[in-house]
Amino acid sequence: MSGPVLEVRQLDAGYRDFQALFGVSLELARGETVALVGANGAGKTTLLMTIAGALRPWRGRLALDGADVTGQPDYQRARAGVVLVPEGRRLFGSLSAEENILVPAGRRQSGPWTLDALYELFPMVAARRGHRAGLLSGGEQQAVAIARALAANPRVLLLDEVSLGLAPAVVDAFYETLPAIQASGVSILLVEQDIDRALAASARTLCLLEGRVALAGDSAALSRDDLIAAYFGVPA
Amino acid sequence: MTWVNDVLQGIFLGGAYALTAVGLSLMFGVMRLVNLAHGDLAVCGTYLATTVMAMLGVPLWAAMLIMVPLAFLLGAVLQVSLFDRALHSGPTAPLLVTFGLSVIIENLLQQIYSANTRGVAAGRLDVATAHLGGLVLPWLALLKLILAVAVIGGLSAMLRRTTWGRRVRATSDDLAIARLQGIRVRPLFASVTGLAIAAAALAGTLNAVTTGVYPTLGALTLIFAFEAVVIGGLGSLWGTLLGGMLLGVTQVVVSQVSVPYATLASQLLFLVVLAVRPQGLLGTAPAAD
Repeated sequence: MSGPVLEVRQLDAGYRDFQALFGVSLELARGETVALVGANGAGKTTLLMTIAGALRPWRGRLALDGADVTGQPDYQRARAGVVLVPEGRRLFGSLSAEENILVPAGRRQSGPWTLDALYELFPMVAARRGHRAGLLSGGEQQAVAIARALAANPRVLLLDEVSLGLAPAVVDAFYETLPAIQASGVSILLVEQDIDRALAASARTLCLLEGRVALAGDSAALSRDDLIAAYFGVPA
Repeated sequence: MTWVNDVLQGIFLGGAYALTAVGLSLMFGVMRLVNLAHGDLAVCGTYLATTVMAMLGVPLWAAMLIMVPLAFLLGAVLQVSLFDRALHSGPTAPLLVTFGLSVIIENLLQQIYSANTRGVAAGRLDVATAHLGGLVLPWLALLKLILAVAVIGGLSAMLRRTTWGRRVRATSDDLAIARLQGIRVRPLFASVTGLAIAAAALAGTLNAVTTGVYPTLGALTLIFAFEAVVIGGLGSLWGTLLGGMLLGVTQVVVSQVSVPYATLASQLLFLVVLAVRPQGLLGTAPAAD
């Protein structure tokens, strides 16, 4: 297949009478990582929730491998291969680490991420597999959250602020595992507050400002000044 | 020896309470849904069993084999058609909806079966007893206790060990995230309520062999079931068994001294537990959030 895995066209979305996204479009190619940056309230999480199916878009179109999935409910979207790692991790606190990873496994698409492969990627999860997820450290919880998402062998992985509230060393450890995840062929939409990390980890970067795409381009070619201008909505 | 016998009878009675209450505990634990029609649905099961017996001319056990799956189906249909919507409509909606359902059921039963108490014939099981030393063991009460332990043990094992149970627990922890992990919540909740109502109908029918059944019995059933759940700890199935037994033992032991005070004593036990340990005996204190 040559077309994009995920295609978002002219998306409007929001909560009740508050519109958070205005005509957002983006494409994600197979195996591509796109970084999504923007200030608080720019609509990053809303965009991810809408792509994951937790929010129904007001207007616009979502397509997965060319098939329209705009009206598909969240649980079907997950089974079709769009999986969210939510902000704040939100593990199933009363389940063990391993049970968390096994939750989507009943619906497992065949793919590279078996339980063994996940434990190889995250040795610290393997060491804590029997512990209640709610009692793990922040870094361990984040690793479990990513392992849980990968266990579904997704086509599109949505990572929402994975480094939020974690120690710098733990964040470093996560970004060291990212290439192995990218190498499995999954497409990643990465929300990240740290612009330098976002640019370094992605092929392209998209900057949202007040619900609109303010800037988009190859991560390597974007100038920091332009990005900061788009981020804050002021000329640099 | 009479003292031991009293405690034993109390434990048997507690088994009956627990079997009635386990579904209430399960539904609250999984969905945070307090089903005020729980007792009435148990009574529905009893009337259904008597109707099946009358129509097909079969004994009670055969009627129950037909009735229990129908009760499961009734629970599943109620969940999909009513409770799901109530759960989406704010915290008071489930209380109002299940209270309304309770009123509807009690009046429908009076319309169909009249307000008279009717007996449920269990044949020899009704009066059969085993004697062990100086102890008298009524087979029916023993059966209820065994069923209570089996149902609670079975449900606990299913929740802990099976894929179904893992999904139920995950959904109970975080419904929105469970959906985003590909769990379809509607059939899952339907199966939970189906099991809850099936267990209640089973318990209600066995209890009615001793006490008879009348259309408004459900309200009383609900009170004791509710107390067993709260004493044991909300959402803890083994806690419900313990709560039921404490209620039963209190009631039987006190009734040896004074029968009118027996019911009062069990309500006082409930109040004391609420005052001293509001999360229940086996419940965990709510997280500070």
